[in-house]
Amino acid sequence: MTTPLGDSGWTKELRRARLHFVTGKGGTGKTTVAASLGLALASGGRRVLLVEVEGRQGIAQLFDTEPMPYGERHLVSAPDGGELCALHIDAEAALLEYFEMFYNLGFAGRTLRRMGAIEFATTLAPGLRDVLLTGKIKECVSRRESDGRHTYDHVVVDSPPTGRVVKFLDVTRALSDITKSGPIRGQAEGVVKLLHSPETAVHLVTLLEEMPIRETLEAIDELAKAKLRPGAVLINRVRPPRLPSRSVSAAADGRVNTSRVRSGLEAAGLELAPDVLDGLVAETVEHAIRIAAERAAMEQLGEANQPRIEIPDITEGVDVASLYEIADLLVEKGVR
Amino acid sequence: MAKAKHLDIDTLIDNPKTKVVVCCGSGGVGKTTTSAALALRAAERGRTTVVLTIDPARRLAQSLGLEELGNVPKRVEIAGFEPAGELWAMMLDMRRTFDDMIIAHSEPGRADELLASPFYQTVSTSFSGTQEYMAMEKLGQLVADGEWDLIIVDTPPSRSALDFLDAPNRLSSVLDSRLIKLLTSPARASGWGVRKAFTAGLAMATKAISTVIGGQLLTDASAFMQAFNSTAGGFKERATKTAELLRSPGTSFLVVAAPEPDALREASYFVERLSDESMPLQGLVANRTHPVLADLPATKALAAAESLDKDGNGPLAAAVLRLHADRLALDQREQRLLARFTRAHPGVPVVGVPALPSDVSDIAGLRVIGERLSGNGTAR
Repeated sequence: MTTPLGDSGWTKELRRARLHFVTGKGGTGKTTVAASLGLALASGGRRVLLVEVEGRQGIAQLFDTEPMPYGERHLVSAPDGGELCALHIDAEAALLEYFEMFYNLGFAGRTLRRMGAIEFATTLAPGLRDVLLTGKIKECVSRRESDGRHTYDHVVVDSPPTGRVVKFLDVTRALSDITKSGPIRGQAEGVVKLLHSPETAVHLVTLLEEMPIRETLEAIDELAKAKLRPGAVLINRVRPPRLPSRSVSAAADGRVNTSRVRSGLEAAGLELAPDVLDGLVAETVEHAIRIAAERAAMEQLGEANQPRIEIPDITEGVDVASLYEIADLLVEKGVR
Repeated sequence: MAKAKHLDIDTLIDNPKTKVVVCCGSGGVGKTTTSAALALRAAERGRTTVVLTIDPARRLAQSLGLEELGNVPKRVEIAGFEPAGELWAMMLDMRRTFDDMIIAHSEPGRADELLASPFYQTVSTSFSGTQEYMAMEKLGQLVADGEWDLIIVDTPPSRSALDFLDAPNRLSSVLDSRLIKLLTSPARASGWGVRKAFTAGLAMATKAISTVIGGQLLTDASAFMQAFNSTAGGFKERATKTAELLRSPGTSFLVVAAPEPDALREASYFVERLSDESMPLQGLVANRTHPVLADLPATKALAAAESLDKDGNGPLAAAVLRLHADRLALDQREQRLLARFTRAHPGVPVVGVPALPSDVSDIAGLRVIGERLSGNGTAR
């Protein structure tokens, strides 16, 4: 059942991307979708790195594993011989890594960290934190094995929410916070190039509700202004419309043909007390109002003209098995 | 399933000893709407109430008559809305609150210098934690004004509910930090009690930091902090004062969470943290639940729907039965998640607030949520 507004599948342009940022308003299920996208991209024998940048251990919670240290590690196997790895990037650890690499600090570096100086530096220059995080991501994307192949076929980043994502990715602007020379600067220029290239896509997770849709549209706009590429809009938790579509608007206005419902139920052998019937009708009206609102939201989303993918709701709640289900579905829609 | 104590909202907001209610929770759970509905209900029940909202949805703001950031409370005056008390509302303007704080606390002439500092531009707009700090600052001002007998506070939309407690401290420790002095003049680092063996390495490390973030930024920061701390008494002291306010007897916390695993996990962290800090938690608002409205088991409903489909008649009745079965499944899931929360925190009272089918866009909608918050007027 594809409406003209519905699913458009994974486009050719999206297939060129190797670096996938997944953003969305809080509560839309961005981590779940990022993990499922990682599994989908890894299926069929590929190797994908799932990255977390906000220090809240969402990946560990989702996969029910120990909190992750700062380091890449195997997370799970993907369908048909693929592998999903994970990395929890900590800006402070990344900064220390730099210091170790370029200044050979050793002991003093650790002392600085104990004094809170590393946190201090990353807080004082907010742009520095983003430059460090995206710098580490770029290193993962470009790394190659001794045979010349990329270490990771794809890198998927569980990114900051829509309100902050453009700032996070707009490394050019962040650079104004740091000095005009030095190793971090040099690397940041490479990051800018990667983030603005067709190798990078910023996907947006949304629900069919007013606020998430509005934030999604705003983010698409901001991304375009910052010359970053908005990718797919991933519409999460889509619930099946149960009412015949011609009944929706009347029911949303509270007009449900109760006698028709009653006779239908009786035909199926259900004789219900009046209060039960009233309850069913009230549930139907609420359902219809929601469906009507979702339709309006979908139409609004159509304005953005981005590829759209629908992900069905999982009523029982998301567990590791359901991540594979969503991944299968994404593969069916052309994700690779 | 574990049975939670009932959270009695009306007793809380009617109690004249309740002066401040802080609504916390992770992003996207409906904190702002809950705050507004609470304030409306309190006003209609006779209290002189102000609600401090952080980043309301446009329609919610309009329903309170707030068209723009004002940074001072505005009385909600809408035709047909005649509460027994008064309802005032405001949206936080982070930058202006910060400017006002500086102007109010510095000597004449000094303020302009502070406001013009390039470092101030960064702190007041892009520091993480500034919004939380300023929400607290504004709350402190509203309390000091003494014009309202009940203040309802919404908290910034952070990933974690804990940010609200941690951010002001984090910000103030950076801004008050002696590290600035250390980094701008490492020679005088002796005050740190740093052992001599470290000193050489330390000098190198501080040089590394200033190489990365730039000497100019450090100089600006240092100048700003010296000027600010000497006039306004320092960020840390102010943060400590607001923390005291949060611990005072008239303040209550409500944790708002959607019946979803992530939101409830955040709520759990928050509940534990509040009790560690001996801050008074009133209870959990389980926002946007979907209780079933008709007593009909899912198996029966689905069997009937299938028989209707087979005979090809009664498509409307079949649809009604299916959507009822969906709703039952959703309700069961929500109850299971809430029961899990209650098992972990048996002492925390809970109230479930059934979801409205559409977003709130007027006073009437807020009133319905207020009724549901108080445990009345649910559709069941």
